[in-house]
Amino acid sequence: MNRKYELVYVVSPDATDAQVAELHTQVEQIAERLGGKIDKTDNWGRRKLAYEIGPHKEGTYVLETIDGGGELMKEIDRRLKVSDLIMRHLIVRIDEDQTKIERTRSKRTEASRRRRVARGLPPDRQPGEGQRGDTEDDDRFDLAEVER
Amino acid sequence: MNGKRSFGGGGRGKAGAQGGQQGKDGQRRPMFRRRKVCKFCSDKIDDINYKDTKLLMPFVPERAKILPRRISGTCAMHQRKLRTAIMRARQLALIPYTAE
Repeated sequence: MNRKYELVYVVSPDATDAQVAELHTQVEQIAERLGGKIDKTDNWGRRKLAYEIGPHKEGTYVLETIDGGGELMKEIDRRLKVSDLIMRHLIVRIDEDQTKIERTRSKRTEASRRRRVARGLPPDRQPGEGQRGDTEDDDRFDLAEVER
Repeated sequence: MNGKRSFGGGGRGKAGAQGGQQGKDGQRRPMFRRRKVCKFCSDKIDDINYKDTKLLMPFVPERAKILPRRISGTCAMHQRKLRTAIMRARQLALIPYTAE
């Protein structure tokens, strides 16, 4: 059973870079021991927290994408809970969501292609087509206006 | 279901609650209100991710409460996803729970 999880943990700002690296290797070791593996690691670096956690106002965020089973994540969760250096952590299963997103995305492009072909147009949007052009930024819906 | 309030359209009953320029003179004049649309549907954002604070922040104004659907116009499905994303982001201190 191969599932994909995402793990984010917030390390206390007191921790040195070496300690952060060590936490990463610890997670890696647990993953290897229980038959999983780390796909990706992303260190976001030091960020300001939205609220204070104890005495801290900052934290180092690390994101790991892990391939493995539920037992593995349970173990990692347990270990992270015990660790003093880690202020917060979050484990989220992502494989199901990803497939769902993929499906809606492909369905949408397919539908638009079909519609375009029915109208006698080439299936893909041509550059410079449409009244609004190809601007990425679309401010039809301006939230700031609604809030007021 | 007659009791259901319509979320779309320009609701007259909700006048004053939001919306920009209020007419100075006539209160009677039916005000034009832009039809609210779901941001995620119109922008085709499939993935409402808790890591994307830039996307989530407009939905937690000042008091850091989640903006209700009635005001933002988000559709039910996306509001649900938005809610989980915001709650996850809050756990990681990416978004505040409250503003003091």
